[in-house]
Amino acid sequence: MDAIQKSLLEQVAGLHDVPEGAYNIRANGQKAGRNTTANIDIVTKTDKDGIDIIIRPGTKNESVHIPVVLSQSGLKDMVYNDFFIGEGSDVTIIAGCGIHNCGEQPSEHSGIHTFHVGKNARVRYVEKHYGEGDGSGENIMNPTTVVEVDEGGYMEMETTQIKGVDSTVRKTDAKLGPRATLVIREKVMTHGKQLAKSDFTVELDGEGCHTNVISRSVARDQSKQVFLARINGNAPCYGHSECDAIIMDQGVVSAIPEVTANCLDAQLIHEAAIGKIAGEQLTKLMTLGLTEKEAEEQIVSGFLK
Amino acid sequence: MLELQHISYNVEQDGDNKGILHDISLKIDERFVAITGPNGGGKSTLAKVIAGILTPTQGRIFLDGEDITGLDVTQRARKGISFAFQQPVRFKGLTVKDLITLAAGKPIGVPQACGYLSEVGLCAKDYIDREVDASLSGGELKRIEIAMIMARGTKLSVFDEPEAGIDLWSFSNLIQVFEHLHEKINGSILIISHQERILNIADRIIVLAGGRVENDGPGREILPTLLGDTPGVCSALTDKVR
Repeated sequence: MDAIQKSLLEQVAGLHDVPEGAYNIRANGQKAGRNTTANIDIVTKTDKDGIDIIIRPGTKNESVHIPVVLSQSGLKDMVYNDFFIGEGSDVTIIAGCGIHNCGEQPSEHSGIHTFHVGKNARVRYVEKHYGEGDGSGENIMNPTTVVEVDEGGYMEMETTQIKGVDSTVRKTDAKLGPRATLVIREKVMTHGKQLAKSDFTVELDGEGCHTNVISRSVARDQSKQVFLARINGNAPCYGHSECDAIIMDQGVVSAIPEVTANCLDAQLIHEAAIGKIAGEQLTKLMTLGLTEKEAEEQIVSGFLK
Repeated sequence: MLELQHISYNVEQDGDNKGILHDISLKIDERFVAITGPNGGGKSTLAKVIAGILTPTQGRIFLDGEDITGLDVTQRARKGISFAFQQPVRFKGLTVKDLITLAAGKPIGVPQACGYLSEVGLCAKDYIDREVDASLSGGELKRIEIAMIMARGTKLSVFDEPEAGIDLWSFSNLIQVFEHLHEKINGSILIISHQERILNIADRIIVLAGGRVENDGPGREILPTLLGDTPGVCSALTDKVR
């Protein structure tokens, strides 16, 4: 990997070099490195581009890194990754995509990640998106995540997009079994003329299952964001979605809740709050000696922390 | 020393020009000065004028002889004025440590930040990483607000009704903090309050009513007049105390 790719890798996965444990690094549409462990296998798909990540039942405290970096302008990369999280395991998966586009053509990475979370398994999935480059070509990312959580399983999904992604449509479809839990935390900051759309659908099928979909976002300049959270309560269950957004300059944010209770014992809640930074918050920090601009930066970075 | 010269503040209300503060001149150099008086008398407005949040319609403000009338909130803060809000502000995402560090104006270690929290009666380890959001009670927020003022350690600290919005039980605990506050802050404390126990420890009490200084003098002389049967200011004060 060259210096640009290494720098992207650091941005999206916090990696300075090859990570500990299992990993698969994809650079410009090609495999750039792979390591498997006794409990975690990574297999290249034969029918399409992508990998299967197979975690043996009972695997504890192990991690998998699967970062993707693109530094070739105009590349359209499409990948299918399937994760099989074995029964009773407890793992962390760190994905992420960094694009450096210094050319005229749009660079695009679209990933379809499918998670099969086994019975009583726990998985933390962290995904970071980052774009850079001084060319006029756009950085485009369209991630799709499909999640199925079996009985008693738990999945936590943290997605972050802070900088440099011009256009993104994130689609997440999840189905939860009995007593399964899915927690989604999304952080998005858009600037310039960027567009970010998040479209979540969670089917609460199993008795006693639970989801919490939380979005915190900041829209600056002329950027636009849409947050769509669809939660269907098909059994006695609990579902909550929350969109909390700060708008600045001419930024626009839409929050579209859709909660459907198909069962009398489904409890569903949606909350949304969109607004500019409260004047009293700025004033408070200014009484501590910060300028208005510094106060704004502190409030935004705290909000997205 | 803070000096106010002929400060007036007017607002437009329903087409009328309404005076909130009328020609207030004061020199404040004592360690602990309380401003009291009936609600609507202009106390909070005066505090905001001092902090630079409101701009006076007329008059000049001097800090240690320097004219600060034209300085904004940030510039006055940097000159050494701290302001504790009547309703502390909540921040999603910023932690107690973040705010205390910003108040200190330099990176500080956890032990130092915890020190300020302990001073205001909060168990530091339970609070240092908490977000300053809706999960904190009014009393907790007030204490954090005071800890921030301590961390700043400026030459003038203005507190706008620290007793407002918290129950009397919480306040009776908080009052001990104020009783020792002037030992911790190396500068003047200007506190707007209706609380007898606060007024009791003030070196000087200024009574503000109808936007004017109605009475001003050493605490031991002014307090008895406020707690007597005199109508007006005193009933407003004693109502609050009850």
